Amino acid sequence: MTTRGVDRRRMLKEVFAVVGTAAFTRSGIAQTATGPRIIEMTARRFAYEPNEIALKAGEPVVIAIRSLDFVHGMNIPELKMRLDLVPGRVTHLELQPKAAGTIDFVCDNFCGDGHEEMHGRFVVTA
Amino acid sequence: MQRRDFLALTALGGGAVFASGLAGCATRGAGNADFYFVQLSDTHWGYQGPANPDAAVTLRKAVATVNALPTPPEFIVFTGDLTHTTDDPAERRRRLAEFKSIVAELKVKTVRFMPGEHDASLDRGAAYKEHFGETFYAFDHKGVHFIALDNVSDPGAKIGDEQLAWLGADLAKLDKRAPIVVLAHRPLFDLAPKWDWATRDGAQALELLMPYANVTVFYGHIHQEHHQMTGHIAHHSAKSLIFALPAPGSQPNRTPLPWDASAPYKGLGFREIEAEAAGSAVKVTEYPVVRA
Repeated sequence: MTTRGVDRRRMLKEVFAVVGTAAFTRSGIAQTATGPRIIEMTARRFAYEPNEIALKAGEPVVIAIRSLDFVHGMNIPELKMRLDLVPGRVTHLELQPKAAGTIDFVCDNFCGDGHEEMHGRFVVTA
Repeated sequence: MQRRDFLALTALGGGAVFASGLAGCATRGAGNADFYFVQLSDTHWGYQGPANPDAAVTLRKAVATVNALPTPPEFIVFTGDLTHTTDDPAERRRRLAEFKSIVAELKVKTVRFMPGEHDASLDRGAAYKEHFGETFYAFDHKGVHFIALDNVSDPGAKIGDEQLAWLGADLAKLDKRAPIVVLAHRPLFDLAPKWDWATRDGAQALELLMPYANVTVFYGHIHQEHHQMTGHIAHHSAKSLIFALPAPGSQPNRTPLPWDASAPYKGLGFREIEAEAAGSAVKVTEYPVVRA
């Protein structure tokens, strides 16, 4: 572990407040006028769509992710969290970025010839 | 093989790497001696693409180079990704069978195999087992205990509770100073999680191994040499025999390094490993696909 790595993790903790994750059936998605902005994402072999998501610091959001063809993974190493994206379900990832930064995510369930290309990132602006 | 011969080989092949490990082993049992084995990895038989326009013959050339080693190794191990993945179960079996046929030309008859995620993740090892048997196992050779771990048959890169229990039971039979070599496909530690270069429950395997004083891990997956310690455990990744990949985390994506027509097979190769049952060290010599 490097000093740089420690600093990176400390920074990321300040960038994101991870409220929690939950998986619901599609009919279970709750959205109110005053609730967080919901950003829909799909996962299919071998891409997330969109694979780059712009967020604003301080704004709570929910990433609502549907997998279309496979139990893809979504690993966010810097946040030390990961999700299994089960087809037929919507997986909710709640985030509230605190400061500008970029963070990568990657499919960590091997899904075929192209798995290595399945990744994305959140780009947070002030 | 005597150390004098090893040094001569190093001069011929180049790139000898000294790696601490197997240190401080207590006593050498009767019949134990230094020995060599060869590690080949990530052959990806069936791959077709610009990263290796010579893919149809690269493996055969490597087999010829191994067969021409001045001193034959006592055994050979392939640490996974024998074949390139395919969605077609029949094609997967055809690639595994072709690979098996090609490496049958190796003169060394003790050849051990392990799966990579390209071989096993899409069917949880079913086709691999039909051709090569169990995906994890242990064996002893001249006083060194070898453990082959499967961290790929689960598409989530997990060793799994059942195999971890087996590992614990296998280790429990050993003296804490026994020389142990662990073979795996993926790194057991978090080398570059953002590139999926990790084993999800690798930390549990390393926790089981930590009480043992002389543990060395050889793995593949990352298509390049890499050497790292986790505590007193040394981890050495091997080059590929299909295409090279960038240094861990060095760029946004883990795309293959481009083929260099002026230097074919650059970054590819295999290695010979000297294991000392006496416990002083493991020594690694890297070889190119084709030797001048």
